[in-house]
Amino acid sequence: MEASVTLKKLKERFPGSILETHSHRGDDTAVVKKEDILKICTFLRDDESLLYNFMMDVTAVDYIGKEPRFEVVYHLYSLRYNRRFRVKAGVPESDCSIDSIVSIWVSANWFEREAFDMYGIQFKGHPELRRILLYEGFEGHPLRKDYPIKKRQPLIGPMN
Amino acid sequence: MSDITKDFNTEHMVINMGPSHPVTHGTVKFLTTLDGETIVDLKVDIGYLHRGFEKMCENGTWQQVIPYTDRLNYVSPLINNVGYALAVEKLIGIDVPERCKYIRVIASELSRICDHLTNIAAGGLELGAFSAFLYFVEARDIIWDLIEMLCGARVTANYVRIGGLKNDLPDNFKEKTLEVFKKVRSLWADVDKLLTKNRIFIDRVKDIAAMPPDEAIAYGFTGPCLRSCGVPYDVRKAQPYLVYDRMDFEIPIGETGDNFDRYLVRMEEITQSLSIVEQAFDQIPPGPINVDMPQYRWQSKDDVYNRIDSLIFHFKTVIEGIKPPPGEIYSAVEGANGELGFYLVSDGSGKPYKIKVRPPCFALTAAMPRMMKGRFIADIVPTFDMINMIGGECDR
Repeated sequence: MEASVTLKKLKERFPGSILETHSHRGDDTAVVKKEDILKICTFLRDDESLLYNFMMDVTAVDYIGKEPRFEVVYHLYSLRYNRRFRVKAGVPESDCSIDSIVSIWVSANWFEREAFDMYGIQFKGHPELRRILLYEGFEGHPLRKDYPIKKRQPLIGPMN
Repeated sequence: MSDITKDFNTEHMVINMGPSHPVTHGTVKFLTTLDGETIVDLKVDIGYLHRGFEKMCENGTWQQVIPYTDRLNYVSPLINNVGYALAVEKLIGIDVPERCKYIRVIASELSRICDHLTNIAAGGLELGAFSAFLYFVEARDIIWDLIEMLCGARVTANYVRIGGLKNDLPDNFKEKTLEVFKKVRSLWADVDKLLTKNRIFIDRVKDIAAMPPDEAIAYGFTGPCLRSCGVPYDVRKAQPYLVYDRMDFEIPIGETGDNFDRYLVRMEEITQSLSIVEQAFDQIPPGPINVDMPQYRWQSKDDVYNRIDSLIFHFKTVIEGIKPPPGEIYSAVEGANGELGFYLVSDGSGKPYKIKVRPPCFALTAAMPRMMKGRFIADIVPTFDMINMIGGECDR
């Protein structure tokens, strides 16, 4: 019962933005429209009965062959109520971008850069969206399912 | 007077520290903009140890990921093993036997002690306290002897399996451990005397890189660095996994969140972890260590050679891999640096569809510019030590 409070609240507040919810193995999850991600995240952080103050992780998953192809996954934690929550937003390949949530949780900065690096998803409004784990000059985005595991990259020299 | 100031060069200077620098243990690059000795701007470049962990995982079976997890935080590999195994078990929906849970707690805490010992030893060394380094590395070495006894390897443990463990505790493990702990405690007391009230050490770490609790939360701090700010968040207490709810231990917290508090929190956590291991030895029940589900946990070699059904399951689990039902889960354990999370997606086949690790030191390293602006360049060294950035985990 306790665990579903967040889902109930979200459905009441944003009936048009929540596409799907589930609680597989006790992990509350909401799939939301990507246009509303900023609104929903601000609500999750600031609402008195939710207070998700930790942004633990941002990542993406490539469901190649499905529409939308990518899903950006956010993991939140509320210290006050000791709850975890997962928000997902589908991102189609044709418009591979989503609003950045760095303005809400500053910890998203590097995690979004990593998702951009690995999947090529553009985070709109990110202060410094560049590669983080790979180097400038790397071609492609290696965690996409259509990136071959044995692909070679050109050798590059020092930048200057 | 004005003539002298005219000749001063007051332009900012850009200095590159790393990626291969003696104090950046772990390959990382700091691009510092300096005004004299004061840091005006700091940029951190990571990724020099990137090995494509997640891509490799997606191309092996679920069981083949375990050796890779050893190489995440290679200072405390057993915690990574346990964290990954717990995540896959949550995805499948199985629970391991009681005895296995206790052994996993013992293994995790031994690893946590090693991690904190290494961190403080290296931190002391880089501030000139070479004897503290020698004492704690000796303590770590004798605990590594225990880990070697347990699983045959000192660093790359590869001990935990999905649905169980590689082997049970060896004979006389309890006696040997208690003996080693006596020595560890005496070495701990020595280092405590050498560092905790040492004027040189305190001058270098006190009031440096302090973080207020709300900002630490916003940056996603977890583990000793968050607790040093006074926030008592520990996954072992907040969402107890294995048998941590049956253990009697305290969560040390600091006040100001500076480097000295981070050191004190780690020192206290070592003693708490020693006590958890001793409690686990007192409570551990006899019984099996593996789940009795041949489709998930490998059969014993004896059965594989003598029973046809075990042989079939053996081939199925080795060649095709175990097959968790489709779904997604996030599971977190308390790593030595903070919350170590695994986000797993299964499509029902023998290979992971997606494995994402939430490395605790990734968020900590991201806060380096915030903590270092306005400080001296020499403060980078103790701060980076106390952050305890581990390249293998941060860069994956």
